[in-house]
Amino acid sequence: MQKTWSFKLTPFRYVLIGLAGIAVVVALARFIFGLGAVTNLSDEWPWGLWIGFDLLCGIALAGGGFSTAFIVHVLHKEKYLPIARAALLTSLIGYIIALVSLLLDIGRWTNCWRPFFYWGFHSVLFEVFWCISLYTTVQVLEFGDIFFERVKIAPLKKILSKAMLPLTILGIVLPTLHQSSLGSLYIVTIDRLNPLWWSMIIPFFFVWSAFFLGPAMVTIEGTLAARAYNRKPETHIFASLTKVTMWMLIVYFIVKIIDLSYRGVYSMAFNGSFESNMFLVEMIVFILAPIFMYAIPAIRKTQWGVVTASALVVIGVVFNRMNVVFTGMAQSAGGHYFPSIWEWLITLGMWSVLALAYLFVVENFPILVKEDHEQESLSSGESVTTGRSVEA
Amino acid sequence: MSKGVLVDVSRCIGCRSCMVACKTWNDLPAGKSEFTNNWDAPGKVDADNWTVVNYHIVEQDEQIKWRFVKRQCMHCDEPACEAACFTHSFVKTQEGAVIYKPTELNQDYCVGCRYCMIACPFGVPSFQWDKALPFVQKCRFCYDRMKEGMKPACVTACPTGTLKYGERDALLKEAWQRINSNPNYIKRVYGEKEYGGTSWLYISDVPFDEIGLKTKAYGQDVSERSIPSLTWDVLKWTPYIFVGWGAILTALNFYTKRRAEAHHDGEIYEAVNTIEEKKDE
Ligand code: SF4
Ligand code: SF4
Ligand code: SF4
Repeated sequence: MQKTWSFKLTPFRYVLIGLAGIAVVVALARFIFGLGAVTNLSDEWPWGLWIGFDLLCGIALAGGGFSTAFIVHVLHKEKYLPIARAALLTSLIGYIIALVSLLLDIGRWTNCWRPFFYWGFHSVLFEVFWCISLYTTVQVLEFGDIFFERVKIAPLKKILSKAMLPLTILGIVLPTLHQSSLGSLYIVTIDRLNPLWWSMIIPFFFVWSAFFLGPAMVTIEGTLAARAYNRKPETHIFASLTKVTMWMLIVYFIVKIIDLSYRGVYSMAFNGSFESNMFLVEMIVFILAPIFMYAIPAIRKTQWGVVTASALVVIGVVFNRMNVVFTGMAQSAGGHYFPSIWEWLITLGMWSVLALAYLFVVENFPILVKEDHEQESLSSGESVTTGRSVEA
Repeated sequence: MSKGVLVDVSRCIGCRSCMVACKTWNDLPAGKSEFTNNWDAPGKVDADNWTVVNYHIVEQDEQIKWRFVKRQCMHCDEPACEAACFTHSFVKTQEGAVIYKPTELNQDYCVGCRYCMIACPFGVPSFQWDKALPFVQKCRFCYDRMKEGMKPACVTACPTGTLKYGERDALLKEAWQRINSNPNYIKRVYGEKEYGGTSWLYISDVPFDEIGLKTKAYGQDVSERSIPSLTWDVLKWTPYIFVGWGAILTALNFYTKRRAEAHHDGEIYEAVNTIEEKKDE
């Protein structure tokens, strides 16, 4: 059973490793010379690419972890079991990336352990910080359960298996809390964040979208993995997940409209400003379009249909976060912000590490479902062409 | 006994003595400024300039008025920066000053996350971007002087009586007296109610919105509720959600488990192998 660890190096992987290496050098420079030397951040734009994209989007994209955990382990919808581990893995890696980007971003990084001891519990960030730290721990433990299938240490495996239920519950409650409080972070921006995005219920929008993003993310990721490893994508699973996403999108849209009209800012969406146009794009292209694509069976049942709609959902959530962090704040913040080349390099490097880590783990641990087993459960008879292995 | 300062914009001549006094008293380094086509430089508070004087040209009744506005931390009654900080590095003292504990009280817990900068409605806290381990910087209401019973450095330096230091309550009364005895004043004390009230109060003879003190944002009046009270409205639900949602999940888990067959998770997965054909184990 015990094979040796394997990791085949392809040219593509060398590029990823190269990017990661560059990022490490830039990160060192950032620690030595400070944020001002490396980033384009300013007093007007205290948060930039690392917080806005790596942290906010990284964590949102990791939403697949908790929504799948909910569907599979709490509702016990066993047919989704084949995707559960892959979702957990991406989520874990996403969180580690978020924590690393946080460490890079904080100015006084030598104090990074202080928040564990000095509590400002009136702060939203306090909740975010604790939930993310705890949840990452929970995920490491959950993953430990898989790890010890390969690295056989029986007593540890036993303890972990016993602890799985409370871990699973915590693994859903904690992300629910901090996905929403990532939204609550922006409550303080009242009168500055454009009212199309600012709302007292912005925490609801954040946690809800992180949840419906989950299945879409799993779809994209499953398809990519299938491509890379020349396997069949679990299209039937993805297709049946779309129902969850579709209804959640519909609820999101309705609540959004109610919220806008309740605050009397509905008309701002149509005043032709840059913000209003961005908002309309967000709503029409990334919310309404996927709803329709999911609603029409002829589109939903095909591989390209599911993947395209899911891609729209995923990009849409990123688009939404970018609008909150940048578009909606631009008018009141003034000044300009565009990430420096160094900020880009660090971001690129971090996501390269994410890809490498994912590849390494699925090649060495039982994460993806066994092919023959999958054959049995393949209910829809359609054969999916996966083409040649692209040797990721 | 919370202190405050009343700023009467109509009296300011834009001499910037307050800026100089602030820099001198607080030992802030001078910076090289660039030529700008106005009288505003440096324009906005930053880590080395805790107070600035902005100029505004206001057209009123076919008359052109120059107005100068000293800006600094407002020392909010319920400061957003204090509530935002997850290491509680800002604190509103009972004297009224909002101070930064790492530099003021030598309690260095700040991690430099800059959420305080996002949170402040007046864009006050500034970061030492050029330092490897930067602090957050802002006006500290000359807390050291205040404790000794002295006026803030900027107030002492002001030659025109634009700045008046005293008890906030008394200053508020005086502000309304001045407004009511002179029809030129705008009928509003800026800082009385904005974001829950601030220790620094402004009165003016030109509309506040035209001199950089926002009374409206996106067509709506700025909040009179403090930012901490808004976030607390949401944050206070955390423990209930934690317990309630946890209980619901546990219940759901047991309920659905009885229906579903127990599954041996581990067996359906495998590691993928790109190197060679899968061998039977
Ligand atoms: S003006 Fe800003 S920095 Fe000053 S006390 Fe208020 S919130 Fe804090
Ligand atoms: S930068 Fe420092 S003072 Fe500001 S919120 Fe973060 S930890 Fe608190
Ligand atoms: S109160 Fe003190 S620190 Fe604040 S602006 Fe005046 S002189 Fe500067």
